[in-house]
Amino acid sequence: MCTDCGCSLTSLQAPQHQHQHQRMLHLHTALLAQNDAGAALLRQRFEQDGVHVVNLLSSPGSGKTSLLEALASRCDPAAMAVIVGDLATDHDARRLQRTGVQAIQITTGQACHLEAAMLGAAVDALPLPELQLLVIENVGNLVCPTAYDLGETQRIVLLSVTEGEDKPLKYPATFYSADLVVISKSDLAAAVGFNRSLARQNIAQVAPDATVLEVSARTGAGMDALMQQLRLGALQPR
Amino acid sequence: MAGGNSVVHELSLMEAVRRQALEALDRHGGERIVAITLRIGALAGVEPDCLAMAFEVVMAESLAAGARLQIESVPAEGRCRSCGQVFAVRAGLLVCPVCGGPASLERGRELQLVSLDVT
Repeated sequence: MCTDCGCSLTSLQAPQHQHQHQRMLHLHTALLAQNDAGAALLRQRFEQDGVHVVNLLSSPGSGKTSLLEALASRCDPAAMAVIVGDLATDHDARRLQRTGVQAIQITTGQACHLEAAMLGAAVDALPLPELQLLVIENVGNLVCPTAYDLGETQRIVLLSVTEGEDKPLKYPATFYSADLVVISKSDLAAAVGFNRSLARQNIAQVAPDATVLEVSARTGAGMDALMQQLRLGALQPR
Repeated sequence: MAGGNSVVHELSLMEAVRRQALEALDRHGGERIVAITLRIGALAGVEPDCLAMAFEVVMAESLAAGARLQIESVPAEGRCRSCGQVFAVRAGLLVCPVCGGPASLERGRELQLVSLDVT
């Protein structure tokens, strides 16, 4: 009797012995184990060098770059840096460089999100110990970046008033992952009939632990509160 | 569907699956992979259907070519912070159906390679 499968054939070399000697390997490993390991190393580096690192997520056009321009104009540019992810162009990095901060563009080609492995070269190029704030402006996309830890200290999801109050309900996994939800373009709220309390209610339902702020990059409303959240209070203002 | 780049996104996730699966096959000694079982939480930020589309393409011409993909979907489960009620979370809403209080997410963000069937 075959001791492998219990059949009556005694030789494994026999052509009739075609049994699939199947077995199961129990792995229970995280799908994104490699990314998580890379992110953990980055997180260690950031902590060692005392940099507050933000992973900034939103839809395309929510105002990520404009918000960062507004932040840059309010603090010491030498203490802030940005890594920007886009499928194409370096427009965002160039806009930010004009404010005086260091900005490095990652052009991802087809990749719709940033992963820890993509950040290495950019992080190496920055003087981390001299920085107080590093913002990673993720690819504009409310779906794909969610699962990828980038080693950040704080995850911010941006939602502009022009996107509607129900956006958080449509992307619960992403909003759930946020430490801070920033409602941007608040200066346009009245013009589009944005219902602030409904938006806050919806955010609370899918992300009960998230802090919520409303800002306008254009008017400066809410920027002080945001800077506090980013631990920028200690920087010398311009 | 997630949008214009969704298939590319799931391709990259599937490549992580293939790499881990082939490494495990090599480590444990085996000829080929006949089935791969994944566990995907409802709020993991990944669409099982999109994964399935990417699976065949990514596994082709490897020791996992022709393998069967099995996805265990984990429904989202919440626990109310006020009254302790455990409940099924629908559409990511972390609101207790009993008292209306905010809830913690207990299950539903899993992204795991559970097991391989190998020969």
